[in-house]
Parts: sequence; C-alpha cells; structure tokens
Amino acid sequence: MRGYAPILLLFLVALALPVIIWNLSRLLRPYAPSAAKASTYECGITPATEARDQFSVRYYLVAVMFLVFDVETVFLFPWAVQMKELALFGLIEIGIFLFLLLFGYGYIWSKGALTWE
Amino acid sequence: MPTQRPRPWSRPIPPATVIARALHLAPETFWMVVKVLIVLLGPLSLAALLTWVERRGSAMLQDRIGPNRAAILGRWRLLGFPQIVADGLKAFLKEDLVPPHANRVLFWLAPILAFLPAALGFAVIPFGQSFQSGDRTYHMSLLDPGNGMGMLYPMAIGALAVYGVLAAAWGSNNKWSILGGMRASAQMVSYELAMSLAVLAVFLTTGGYDPHEIIESQRGLWNVVPQVVGFLVFFTCMFAETGRLPFDFAEGESEIVAGYLTEFGSMKFALMYLSEYIHIVTASALVATLYFGGWRVPFVADPGPILSVLAFLAKVVFFAWVFVWVRWTLPRFRYDQLMRLGWKVLLPLSLGNFLLQAFLIYRRG
Repeated sequence: MRGYAPILLLFLVALALPVIIWNLSRLLRPYAPSAAKASTYECGITPATEARDQFSVRYYLVAVMFLVFDVETVFLFPWAVQMKELALFGLIEIGIFLFLLLFGYGYIWSKGALTWE
Repeated sequence: MPTQRPRPWSRPIPPATVIARALHLAPETFWMVVKVLIVLLGPLSLAALLTWVERRGSAMLQDRIGPNRAAILGRWRLLGFPQIVADGLKAFLKEDLVPPHANRVLFWLAPILAFLPAALGFAVIPFGQSFQSGDRTYHMSLLDPGNGMGMLYPMAIGALAVYGVLAAAWGSNNKWSILGGMRASAQMVSYELAMSLAVLAVFLTTGGYDPHEIIESQRGLWNVVPQVVGFLVFFTCMFAETGRLPFDFAEGESEIVAGYLTEFGSMKFALMYLSEYIHIVTASALVATLYFGGWRVPFVADPGPILSVLAFLAKVVFFAWVFVWVRWTLPRFRYDQLMRLGWKVLLPLSLGNFLLQAFLIYRRG
C-alpha cells in the first residue's frame, strides 16, 4: 500500500473527533424542545409550501457541463506529466482532443447555456 | 564472546527516538502519530485563530473595536483573544436541535461530511524541509514523497466538500438551505474546472505532481513568476471553492439568511463553520506550495527544518490574511456575474495559460 496507513489513521481520528465532541456536549447541554423551535425557519413567518420544490434547470446544466469538462481535465493530467516523453505525437493528439472540446465549448456558449440572467 | 550490539553512547540519539523508546513505539510509528496530530491540529488551531483574526481584522478595516469583552478570569482581555474559547464553549453548551421536518440521518451526517474533507485535505502538503536525524530521513508531510497521489489528493478531497454542503442543504428541508446548497454546489463545481486547469499548468512545468517535486522545481524561481496568470486564476477559484466573500452566495446573509447553515446550531454549526476556516487554511497552503515555493526561503538554499516550517507558516498565515482582507474590501457579486466569470473568463484564461505553458515547454525542447 506504499504507506497510506497515515491517511487511514488521520481519517479515523477526524471521524472520532465530532462523535466524541457530540457525546461530551450531550452531558452538559440543555434539552428543552418546543413547538416554536421545531418549526422551519422562515424569518418568523409560518411556512407556507414545501421546501423541496422545483428549481432552475440551469443547475442541472452546470452539473452536466462540469462532468464533460472535468473528464477533459482528467485526460489532460497524464499527458501533462508525460509531455516530454510523448513529444510531438502527444502534442498533436492533445491538440485534436482540445479542438473538439473547444468546438463544443463554443457551441454551448452560442446556445446560451452559460448565460445566467 | 563479545556481543555485536552497537554501543548506545557511540552516537548521539535523536530526541524523537528517545521519546519513542519511552513510549515503547517504533520511531516510524511515533513519527507517524506526531505527523497525524500536526496535520490535524495544526490547521484546526490555525482555523480557530483565523476566526479571531477575521473579527479583529474586520474591526480594524472598518474602524471599529471588535470583540474585546471576553476575558480570562474576568481580567485579561488580550485583544479579544479569549473570544475563541468563549465562542467554542458557547457552541458546546447550546441545546442541540434537530428539526422534526429535517432528514435526521443527513442532518447528523452533514457536519461529519463537511469536517472530514477539511481535516483530511492537509495530508500530502509538505510543511517543512525533510531532515536527517540519526540515520533516518524525516519527511515533513504526512505521506512520504513518491506516494503516487501527490497534489491530486488535496484536489480530490477538496472536491468532496460539496457533499457536506449538499447533505446539509437537502437534509435541513428549509428553503434558504436548499437555495444556498444549490448555489454552493453549482459554484464549487464551476470553479473547479478553471482551478484544475491552472494546477495542470504547474504539473506541466514541473513534469510531475508530487508536492515535493513541485517545491524542488521552485529552487531558483517561484512558480508565481512564470505562471502569474495561473496563480491569479487559482487564487480567484480558491475564493469560490471556499465560499468566501466576493463569491459567498452559499450563505449570503442579506439574501438567504445563512444558506445551508440556517437550520444548524450548537456543535454541528461550530463544526461546519470551523471546516470552512480549515478550507481557507488548506487553500492558503496550496497557494503557497504551488506558486510560492512551499517552505522555501528566498536566498537560502537549504533553510533546515525550523526555518522552513516558519517560512511555510508565514506564507500560509499571509494568504489566510489576504482571504480576510478581500472579504472586508470587496462587495458581493451577483450570481450571474459569478457564473460568467467562472465559465466565460476564468476557464478560457486558464486553458490559454495551460496551452501557452505547453507551447513554451515544447519550444524549449
């Protein structure tokens, strides 16, 4: 495992910390629930509709576009590290790849997918 | 028959080994535990300190006094420094409220999901120069160089912070929370692209992604000079990733109360709040490592363990202060401006910088 044990130890300690703090504070903190405390916070007004409602489709668009471009960067990482070994061949390959990607980027730009108004 | 055991007095025993022997631990294990504590408690205490710096700094910038009432034993005020302890204690003693309309599992999970990436993010960043003690080399980063993850690790872990925000937003079942959570996730995801392309340009010039290699490659000249565009893009993206003020739409208090934190209280709120500050410390450390030579000291080839740790700390504290400084200087953007900046300015700029660096390296051969 090439010495990933410290990460595991750090993970366990970081996981234990909130749990320990919560259990310690349970011994000290008060517990006095009431109807007013339990209601949804909406600046003092009685909640009218459900919170989990429809919202703008643009958030989904961003998620989809992010996926495309993030995969692009994932492809670029190995090339960036091995660039000198791959020489001209790699440069042309990545050039074609980036050209196709930039074409799509220009397309979504012209379609207005990047415009939030 | 003379034994082959090495005589203990033949060589000075390093102090770390003495402590490890006293605790009946192998020196490697002891060093690992020490490093885990440094990597966890270092950013944690810096983040706690940063909450104080934020409040006193904002007061300074706005010509106010700031918190100065908390005092040790009612006497020593120490520039409002005990306020950190007072705030922590207050959060600790508050009633812990789980709203009945919330999703209980997500509501409890959200602070952990927020805290874990923040706490794990520091693991590969070298906080000082490796040093020799006895016949061992001690590396001042939790994972030794050549671990195969390198700088990909903090980026991957940092990206996981979105889940904490989304769990908090969806679990709270509150309109403000969901608005804030949606905004925050779209924003973090958008700026991640420009950020990874900027980091990619550093990997390109280094020819590797191990932080030790990146710092080694900055021996003569810090990366900020040849990659000034990349640095500006990366630093801007860090503001969006940590949700700091020019881009703090996730919890813009004048618009959506406290965003995804609206329903949180007591220790849960404190954990999520602290995680945000830890993210700032980690972001500062990343900026220092990628662009400002990590633990390097100008005009000193080998600063040694103590000076290098101090230099790294100074850089981290400086950039953390810039985060505070910017927060109290710039007004909040609009959300469409944020998206335009991210997708239409920073992404092409970052890609252009990447291609330029690739071209320059290819020309140099």
